[in-house]
Amino acid sequence: MKFAVVVFPGSNGDHDAYHAVRHVLGQDAVFVWHKDTSLQGADAVILPGGFAHGDYLRTGAIARFSPIMREVNRFAEGGGPVLGICNGFQVLLEAGLLPGAMLRNRNVRFQCEHVVVKIEHTDTPFTVGCRQGQLLRMPIAHGDGNYYAEPDVVEGLEKSRRVIFRYATAAGAVTPEANPNGSVDNIAGLCSETRNVVGLMPHPERACELAVGSADGLVLLESVVKSVGQGACATAR
Amino acid sequence: MRARVFVTLKPSVFDPQGATVADALHTLGYAAVQGVRQGKYFELDIDAGTPEDARRLASEAADKLLANPVIESYRIEVDSGAAEAVR
Repeated sequence: MKFAVVVFPGSNGDHDAYHAVRHVLGQDAVFVWHKDTSLQGADAVILPGGFAHGDYLRTGAIARFSPIMREVNRFAEGGGPVLGICNGFQVLLEAGLLPGAMLRNRNVRFQCEHVVVKIEHTDTPFTVGCRQGQLLRMPIAHGDGNYYAEPDVVEGLEKSRRVIFRYATAAGAVTPEANPNGSVDNIAGLCSETRNVVGLMPHPERACELAVGSADGLVLLESVVKSVGQGACATAR
Repeated sequence: MRARVFVTLKPSVFDPQGATVADALHTLGYAAVQGVRQGKYFELDIDAGTPEDARRLASEAADKLLANPVIESYRIEVDSGAAEAVR
């Protein structure tokens, strides 16, 4: 299958995502410049980490107006799987493809470390290969990862089982100590109402080989390959 | 015409930066400072016929780009400096 990795000016996880897909997973991958207007027939889209447009104004605030985002919107509306990683997650929030917003980390520090997240639900294209409650160790690298939404929105997310990743301890306990940035309810990632758009702050593409400290993130990319292979995602080419 | 747009976090939203600045002020001995909220300030130079037109355009810009309605609110002043609450 073919992945499109969107490149914004200031993206820095684009090559990591490309490498993970192409060289670790052995799937096809193409870079798509943010000013392009075609996803080149991709089966899945990755919005990578980094600092699109220098994070000027707010993280993801300017990237959401890039021409390619019209196509990403259309692709998502057609049921195509979209993964927003870190800055990509922030872009999805600003674009309104996922609800909520990011605040500065509660401790006002740029957090760069490995964290553990717990898989809450497996019925998304990116977690279908996981076990419910599975713990994944992946790195984070962000200054604005403090997820916020109005209490009624958070309640809606919980009720509709859309909180997909939660910061947890190595033993799997969801505690304030395991929360690196102050995110409400330890939310590390969530999915759209239609479940095909997923965003998360940790970097699965930087945890795909033991040589870099963890290969736990690979299962998320393997999941979407499985999902697309089984025709579970209606892609709008 | 100049419009000034003040974007601030909604009162219900915790402001980690403001809290840190407040801590720093307390360290400096300003015990009287009871709270700090940090925000953003924009000056828009606008080619508009009337202050109302300038305000309308600035308000549209704030809705679309300058502020994120999930976490922020804004107010606009046009030339005269008279503040008007927009939201």
